Amino acid sequence: MRAEDVKVCVIRIEGTNCEDEMANAFEMVGAQAEKVHLKQLIGQAPAGFRRSLEDYDVLAFPGGFSAGDYVRAGAIFAARIKAGMGGEVKRFVEEGKPVLGVCNGFQILVELGLLPAIDEVMSDSPTAALYTNDSGRFECRPTVLRNESRGKCAFNSLIPRGKLLAIPSAHAEGKLMSMDPDFVSKLEDNDQIAFRYVRPDGSGADYPWNPNGSPSDIAGICNPAGNVMGMMPHPERVMTRFTHSDWTRGYDSEVGDGRIIFESVMKYLEKK
Amino acid sequence: MTVIEIRIELKKGVADPEGKNTWKTLESLGFEGIRGVRSVKLFEVDLDMPADRAVAAGEEMCRKLLANPVVQSYKVAVR
Repeated sequence: MRAEDVKVCVIRIEGTNCEDEMANAFEMVGAQAEKVHLKQLIGQAPAGFRRSLEDYDVLAFPGGFSAGDYVRAGAIFAARIKAGMGGEVKRFVEEGKPVLGVCNGFQILVELGLLPAIDEVMSDSPTAALYTNDSGRFECRPTVLRNESRGKCAFNSLIPRGKLLAIPSAHAEGKLMSMDPDFVSKLEDNDQIAFRYVRPDGSGADYPWNPNGSPSDIAGICNPAGNVMGMMPHPERVMTRFTHSDWTRGYDSEVGDGRIIFESVMKYLEKK
Repeated sequence: MTVIEIRIELKKGVADPEGKNTWKTLESLGFEGIRGVRSVKLFEVDLDMPADRAVAAGEEMCRKLLANPVVQSYKVAVR
């Protein structure tokens, strides 16, 4: 599939607020991105505005505070998707099409049961939670991620294993939790850990480099098939060198560190 | 009409930063003798059905939306 033929659905409802950057990021790597309201996908829009999920190649859940973070972050958006188009989303994932969730988008994927999805493609109720940061505060700060994928995750395919990326975080609920005591080792065994927080020198993070207290410093995970990825930090915010947190202090790359995540998924689609 | 109260609590062992933060702030305002502060969430739902069905419906609401079973537990009671 050629880059210019890739159609990206950046899905939004009231309260999402990173859809512009998300759509822009996909356009910067050559795809066609469209911001689509949930109502356009579930037949609650005038005829000319209706869209069908199956016409897209990528589904992206942007950050923000969907539905005001009422009930729990991401819970209402997830419930509305389940009610209106749960089957279509599940089919989209089963077909191997890439799904990305950033920040609130990651919270939505977890509430939807699409992540971590260790035992099934989409679980009926959440099997993990993105819970309040240990600090109890909204943490908005530079973070450094290490690529942990051993090759399964579509969004990491071009990133050398162990490479560090400076990608900022901005969230109040980013601590990944599960009831399963073997949760982290299962994720590791399945090659589901996409990114870990590290210190700038690459050593293990503690607060504030791990901004939320996530166990094993997990910042992003993918599903067992590798086509659904959720991460708390915001790669769409560092597409250019000018939005890199250290761009005036010796950062010498021509592009921002987030770009390779979008280039990776385009490469994955090129092979399809 | 039946009114149900749905109480969402954090499971035992799950940290409660909101409760802890509130505790510290209350102490900074001079309140003494505080032994714990827990945050809970309460929903009231008006239902047009008898009490037994209303409780069952409330429990289904928790499973489908109001509680994440990983970190939260719930109690449904008729008010």
